[in-house]
Amino acid sequence: MITLLMNDTPITVEDGTSVLDAAKQAGVDIPTLCHHQDLEPRGSCGMCMVDIEGQAGYKRACVTEARDGMHVRTNTAALRTMRRRLLELVLATHPEDCLACIKHGKCELQNLAEKLEVRELRYEKTTRGLPVDRSSMSIVRDMNKCIGCGRCVEVCNDVQSVGSIFFQGRGSETVVAPADEFEMGSSPCVNCGQCVVYCPVGALYEREDIDAAWSAIDDPARTVVAQMAPAVRVALGEEFGLEPGSLVTGKVYAALRELGVDVVLDTNFSADLTIMEEGTEFLERLEHGGPFPLITSCSPGWIKFAETYYDDLLDNVSSCKSPQQMLGAVIKSYYADEKGIDQSHLTSLSVMPCTAKKFEAGRPGMASSGRQDVDIVLTTREVARMMRQAGINFDELSETDPDELLSAYSGAATIFGSTGGVMEAALRSAYELKTGERLEHVELAPVRGTEGVREATIDVAGTPIRVAVAHGLENARTVLDEVRAAKRRGETPYHFIEIMACAGGCVGGGGQPLENSMERRRQRAAGLYAEDSGAPIRRSHENPEVLALYEHFLGQPGSARAHALLHTEYRRRNPYAPQGFEAPRGRPPRGPAGRGRAQTFGAPGARANP
Amino acid sequence: MRHIQYLTGYTSEGVGTDVEEYMNAGGYVGLQRALALRPREVVEMVTDAELRGRGGAGFATGKKWSTVRTDSEVYLVCNADEGEPGTFKDRFLMERAPYLILEGMAIAAFAVGAHKGYIYIRSEYPRIISELQTAIDTARSTGVLGQDILESGFDFDVGLMPGGGSYVVGDETALLNSLMGNRGYPTLKPPYPTDRGLWDKPTVINNVETLACVPLIFSEGPEWFRSIGAPQSPGPKLYCLSGHVHTPGVYEFPMGVEVRELIEAAGGVDGRFKAVQIGGTAGPVYDEAALDHKLDFASMKSVGGSLGSGAVVVMNTSVNMGHVLEVIMRFFSEESCGQCFACRYGTRQLEHMANEIATGTGREEFLGLMRETAEVMYHSSLCPFGQSIDLALTTLLDNFSDELRAHIGQQDYIREVMA
Repeated sequence: MITLLMNDTPITVEDGTSVLDAAKQAGVDIPTLCHHQDLEPRGSCGMCMVDIEGQAGYKRACVTEARDGMHVRTNTAALRTMRRRLLELVLATHPEDCLACIKHGKCELQNLAEKLEVRELRYEKTTRGLPVDRSSMSIVRDMNKCIGCGRCVEVCNDVQSVGSIFFQGRGSETVVAPADEFEMGSSPCVNCGQCVVYCPVGALYEREDIDAAWSAIDDPARTVVAQMAPAVRVALGEEFGLEPGSLVTGKVYAALRELGVDVVLDTNFSADLTIMEEGTEFLERLEHGGPFPLITSCSPGWIKFAETYYDDLLDNVSSCKSPQQMLGAVIKSYYADEKGIDQSHLTSLSVMPCTAKKFEAGRPGMASSGRQDVDIVLTTREVARMMRQAGINFDELSETDPDELLSAYSGAATIFGSTGGVMEAALRSAYELKTGERLEHVELAPVRGTEGVREATIDVAGTPIRVAVAHGLENARTVLDEVRAAKRRGETPYHFIEIMACAGGCVGGGGQPLENSMERRRQRAAGLYAEDSGAPIRRSHENPEVLALYEHFLGQPGSARAHALLHTEYRRRNPYAPQGFEAPRGRPPRGPAGRGRAQTFGAPGARANP
Repeated sequence: MRHIQYLTGYTSEGVGTDVEEYMNAGGYVGLQRALALRPREVVEMVTDAELRGRGGAGFATGKKWSTVRTDSEVYLVCNADEGEPGTFKDRFLMERAPYLILEGMAIAAFAVGAHKGYIYIRSEYPRIISELQTAIDTARSTGVLGQDILESGFDFDVGLMPGGGSYVVGDETALLNSLMGNRGYPTLKPPYPTDRGLWDKPTVINNVETLACVPLIFSEGPEWFRSIGAPQSPGPKLYCLSGHVHTPGVYEFPMGVEVRELIEAAGGVDGRFKAVQIGGTAGPVYDEAALDHKLDFASMKSVGGSLGSGAVVVMNTSVNMGHVLEVIMRFFSEESCGQCFACRYGTRQLEHMANEIATGTGREEFLGLMRETAEVMYHSSLCPFGQSIDLALTTLLDNFSDELRAHIGQQDYIREVMA
């Protein structure tokens, strides 16, 4: 421990603490623009300048280590002036359409401007006039608003190891863009949206589908059937001032009905369904001795990543669709039939913590009901915006129940939203179905937590089952490289692997509320685990509605009908081909002719079209 | 002070570019002697000679070598990314004395325990790149590079890496990033390259001219080296004279030569002297008061300037200082890497204001705002690039205040003059 003076107040902090963190611990807020607690300090904005006694000039608090006996001043007249001037420089190039900006009210630049009291704008106003990149199904890239903090670049390259976006150009011309200034839609981007939740301003944001949702809702001839993913119920409350992790399931059901949605179902139902299918797939492989490992397929960012970088392991990826797509397929087939809804008048809408789900809904093979199974995907943030537009007072809503048939769920389903959740849910069922015994302790501590890669060996009927859980694609790479190397030797280090593209799992998805940090992700996950521990049913194979669905419609797990509706396939992908464009591998097209050829899957009409 | 020919002595026709001629002229004696010593002793001799880096910062070379972490593989990098406007001394050496540089690299490598070296050379020198490659190949076949150099048992080889055209990459940390195939962004120090450099291994980076000085220390001795030039920064120095002088070019003088003497050596001012910029585009711009300045690291520092690369750009009375201001600021704006906020936006605004002033549309408050901007850049930029604009700008505004002030609101007049 070391002791230093922070504005004349002695404070004691751990060795190796940065001056910025030391100040935070002392309750002193040093302004920053590029810094984020989850990421490496970059020191590029210079906003966190502090005055350290005995040292020349100013030091950046984020990259300066606190030392014993140091005397730090954070609030001198000179520092205030310097910060204000720096911010004035930034503001001179930033567009002033704040009122129309998607990050309005949540913009870190705006907040800082408010705090630092810049009242004079003496510099020439320069805006860049760059075209907004809307080529991606999930993410909009507007470099006119970029402040060059580099968080997205670090997240995309170091945390996710996707390598889609980089700094290009230099000086005031610097932009963040895919290599060779390709568009996002024809880059290796996996649509995870982690760049979006780390972007401090309105330079990267989700492609909004709110208008499409309203049109479907407003059309009296259409029946809108909604589903909500597990991780949404512990995050949506944040948009309305509740603590992260607050469980608001019943309120969201009510709010969706207030919005005008006709039928409210729950993706948790199909999480249980996924366990039935994936568990069966796993048990079959166990019977036939492989191929192992089996890798989960719920996370569409991970799926595109696998198709791009690990196409040699695609046979190991479960053929199960994600819960969103399973439910979409069942809604447009079984549910429509049961309820007598004309399929052509049914809009399947989902509320997801994820930007990649927008991409997933348009993938080939996601129309097993005969039409696109999920028509519109809204993120947690978008649905909150719709609720505000509709004047819904979220706080005062009474909790309601979902519509029956496809909405009952177990505790195992709800933890799908956290890293390790799918694995835990799968093991609960696989164990009991394989052994015929009842698990005494359903809570599997070794696969819980937020370590980047977690491993465990579980004894199932005398067979030691080796499992691994990875979240964040850089961590996934660690596991996959191990698998790939072992595969070349004819070995397999694991039987079953869960991979989630985003750190923390879906609770940390790219569509979640913007006050984003690993800490918040942990709080949201805690909300899910709490719901599980209080749930009357905690095993997917005991979900009565799931059992009924098999009995009345699907037959057995893994049946031909289940395969037709609930399973899919994967294909090798050229990282620089436009989305869904199955070009051969090789050099990407160059020059203007190769740019801007954003294509949606297959043909027009494959897009969300209620 | 006398014009000397220690470094340039190897550069007459054929001597420097032919390995045998180079050896006949006394080349590789230094390396032979260095290889007979222990590496630690080699470092001590360079420290003893008080050699300071010729790249611009003037850091003590012996000290740099002695701080190299020794528990790992070490790399040596020769910084030949000579991008400073008005600077062409490294080019001069590489064109005419490539073996002097390779010899210096071999000694440096031996001293710090490196077996692999790179020359990071600006891609705007295409002819030199191929000539240098030929010299490397010849040195290898002659036994002064590669395995078992001069039968000493010491191995050292050199690779050439052409740069990507960025000025900022002259900075050590940015250069290493570029050398590793990354974007040429400077990074924070510490860690210093001598601790964690290329591929995270300890790395020594020396300028071309610094490395060219090294063989002389061993062939002639550190006392001899110290006896040349200024006490705190001794040795021979290449100065680059350009602008309004009669015979622009590279001139070798002992460290500490006066500006006046240099200009005379270059044939005197073409026209009437008005201003001189010393050390490069980020260097101070002076009026005639600078003619008495001594050009060595310590003396320049004592007058609030910096020796920089040794560039001396002379301007006569035909030069409009508003135009000078604009050119310098445009250079900074075009070359900022864009990493630090203040530099990225500040250089752009400075260019704009300088342009307005130069064309007569500038406003009185621009003069103050420009200083403020440079001050923010000084305090909040990561690398010397963003920090250094303050010196060029303030000297220009201080020393030519009347002329620049006279530009304000003189659009019609200036349009007439420029036409």
